[in-house]
Amino acid sequence: MSETEEPTGRYRVIGTPSSAPTAVDAKPPVPQEAVDYVPTDPADTRHAKVAERLAAVCFLIAFIAGICFIVAYIGLEVGPNNGGDSVIAALRSNYALGSSLGLALLALGTGSMIWVRHLTPNIEIEEERHDLKSAPQDRAGFQKDFATGAAITQITKRPLLRRTMMIATAPLALAPLLLLRDLGPLPGTSLRYTVWKKGTRAVTLGGNRPLRSADMTAPGSMITVIPEGYQDDPDALAKAGVILIKFAPGELHIPTNYDGGKLVSTMNWTVDNIVAYSKICTHVGCPVALYEQTTHHILCPCHQSTFDAANGANVIFGPAARALPQLPLTTDAEGYLVASSDFTQPVGPSFWERG
Amino acid sequence: MSDDAVKIPGALSGVGGWLDDRFHGARGVRVLMKKVFPDHWSFMLGEIALWSFVILLLTGTYLSLFFVPSTTDIVYHGSYAKLNGIHMSEAYASTLRISFDIRGGLLIRQIHHWAANLFMVAIMAHMLRVFFTGAYRKPREVNWLIGIVLFTLGMLEGLFGYSLPDDQLSGAGLRIFEGVLQGIPIVGTYLAYFLFGGAFPGSAIVPRMYIIHVLLIPGLILALVSAHLFIMFHQKHTQMPMHGNTEKNVVGQPFWPYFMLKGQAWFFFIFGALVVLSTFAQINPVWLYGPYTPLAISSASQPDWYMGLLEGALRIMPAWEINFLGHTLSMSVLIPFALPLGIIFTGAALWPFFEAWATGDKAEHHINDRPRNAPVRTGIGVAAISFYGILWAEGANDVLADKLQIPLYTITWIARVAFFVVPIGAYFVTKRICLGLQRKDAELLTHGVEIGIIRQLPHGEFIEEARPLTNEENAVVASKHIAPALPAPGRLDPNGIPEPAARGPLGWARGVANRAFTETVVPDGHANGHGEHNGHAVADGEHAAITGGDSGDQHG
Repeated sequence: MSETEEPTGRYRVIGTPSSAPTAVDAKPPVPQEAVDYVPTDPADTRHAKVAERLAAVCFLIAFIAGICFIVAYIGLEVGPNNGGDSVIAALRSNYALGSSLGLALLALGTGSMIWVRHLTPNIEIEEERHDLKSAPQDRAGFQKDFATGAAITQITKRPLLRRTMMIATAPLALAPLLLLRDLGPLPGTSLRYTVWKKGTRAVTLGGNRPLRSADMTAPGSMITVIPEGYQDDPDALAKAGVILIKFAPGELHIPTNYDGGKLVSTMNWTVDNIVAYSKICTHVGCPVALYEQTTHHILCPCHQSTFDAANGANVIFGPAARALPQLPLTTDAEGYLVASSDFTQPVGPSFWERG
Repeated sequence: MSDDAVKIPGALSGVGGWLDDRFHGARGVRVLMKKVFPDHWSFMLGEIALWSFVILLLTGTYLSLFFVPSTTDIVYHGSYAKLNGIHMSEAYASTLRISFDIRGGLLIRQIHHWAANLFMVAIMAHMLRVFFTGAYRKPREVNWLIGIVLFTLGMLEGLFGYSLPDDQLSGAGLRIFEGVLQGIPIVGTYLAYFLFGGAFPGSAIVPRMYIIHVLLIPGLILALVSAHLFIMFHQKHTQMPMHGNTEKNVVGQPFWPYFMLKGQAWFFFIFGALVVLSTFAQINPVWLYGPYTPLAISSASQPDWYMGLLEGALRIMPAWEINFLGHTLSMSVLIPFALPLGIIFTGAALWPFFEAWATGDKAEHHINDRPRNAPVRTGIGVAAISFYGILWAEGANDVLADKLQIPLYTITWIARVAFFVVPIGAYFVTKRICLGLQRKDAELLTHGVEIGIIRQLPHGEFIEEARPLTNEENAVVASKHIAPALPAPGRLDPNGIPEPAARGPLGWARGVANRAFTETVVPDGHANGHGEHNGHAVADGEHAAITGGDSGDQHG
């Protein structure tokens, strides 16, 4: 704090005559400080009396509420060992603790407010504002001292010293960044692939049950499937989740699309009018979980990208820029639905290296 | 009745003496005790943020005693029977334990969450107050910048905080965060893989967010809050235009005891209000959402309110992706991520310097402006509020569609149009309203306040009687302070050469901005429309003075 000047302000006391000297100022009174006397009592003693009682009532309420808080803490058990429903026990404890603590704090606040507004004389002080800018001689003095110090270091005179020191710090400045390198593996091509491969069975999410095409008889039904064997691997599931949608004959029109010579969608990848799309939104990766049978729209609940499931999951609304990738679907020897390969394009949100 | 100060107990003065022997504090602390704080309701907004932060530190420390920042998979067997036997992370299980098995745990958790929301609300309200009253002007630009950084840190701190419990809702939020990171050009996938320790979700993100949330960001916030307060203390607070307030003084109540007592009362009120909210208004019931699994999602997923802007920006953006040379630029992620916050934060950070440049005003300002007296600033502020508000509301477009029974896509289209139209309209409408209010003020200054008595003069004319403004009223109404207009673009100096300040495209832009900034209304007979230096006072006593220059004398 640079301000060590004497507070020179004048007290303006509202609604009361100036009063006797006080001991606020420890120095013997001098004529210049004669205005520095503060009345410590409020102007209206009867009003103050009422205010004091009200504040005291508030503080008593806070005291009682504080006791209630302690009682509630000790008296109301939570957790599994008290026989009853532990959710209700937790909520009961929450109500008791919260209302007692809230009351105690609000009563303390109210009492304090009555105290400061009705029990203290209404005093205003006027303080002088000084220029923030330093006096010219101070600035000049600072500059002179700084320049002298710099001259003593020889930094301007010895460029060799200066430059080698700057060179010396450069590699060390990079060191902290370097140390962050092992925070994670390099992405490499891992975002391009999922764990689906030729012959991986599609099993239901949660039940891990493999599916035959006959299991999806009702047109319009949708089910989430995952690659068999990865039900406990969230990193794999975050990319490999797939939705299967069953269509009535003739409803499904998947255009045959190539991306850079690579086949990315075709009717040949469907089995009995069942099509498999990636469940990971191509916008920022939420699971596209809402399917509307009548319109064949798949809606992402996060940002409402909407995909036309009957037409290669093309985007028809929202911020996603690409169709949901189609998983090549076929059946294995036992008739179960399996992938005939991994997705032929990266799933999920776009990234710089995607191309 | 006694006017004597309290007799200080021997023990206390002994301690004081012991300290003073060692630190020489009596003189300095005495100055601090008498430090003057101007009083105005809007000056309490920042204090709400301060006390919320204190409450966040207290409750957060408590929560950290029980929370386990780990994604280790366990099978839950605990008080919340509905999730018995379910696989979940230790983070989620320990959040359930805090909620159901620890007395007061649920209360403290909810206080922490409510306090975080209040913290951000209070910062925003405080920033709006500072903006609309021009309190960011010289010499307070640095504190304004610190405030912007604090708001940004608060957003990040909140995002990481509500993501820690590893519940379904916050996991979806993290998934979006990771997807956005991936969309950043060149370094995006590296950033995502380094932050998450590999592919999403991985097991590193919860402990990493935890240490960032409980140590790194709170430490930064604490340091910046301290700097913010110290600078405010050192520069002395601004004050409202009132009778007796000038640019050279500061009028208010001393720190000791008034501010201490008021601060105490305010702290208890805020804490109490948060406790009552946390008792009766449930927030973030993570047990209803279930543990995070990457393939589940619920509809109407909403982030906490201060992230709503980003969420809305993602939703409003039409699909756009650029592919070139084997690379992908995901504009439908990049633009929402960078543009709205970029406009608001960069705009806010540059504004004080832009305003000083455009007005040519290099003076210190300690008396706040009334919003009407700075029509361009107020207009821009309202435009920014509408810009923010539209994106924020769009962040809940699915909820709005459901509640208002308007089709979802229609809402998004309305928001897309409003995004461009409403802020521009808001600017012009607000500016006109400000100038209208200035006209009203000019009327008050020249004709006084109409007192409701209509008198018929002997020759039949009716007049409405008016009384002059009181000194108190006049100090407020006459507080307008418009910097003098700069030379018009292209103006020539006596030698026939364009003035340096008005030269070139930059000079032209400055001239245009300056004309907008100096548009004002001055009382009858003194108007030139562009605030010429010293619109003079009306001198007949009954009428009040208005200063057009920067004399700084606010006495009526």
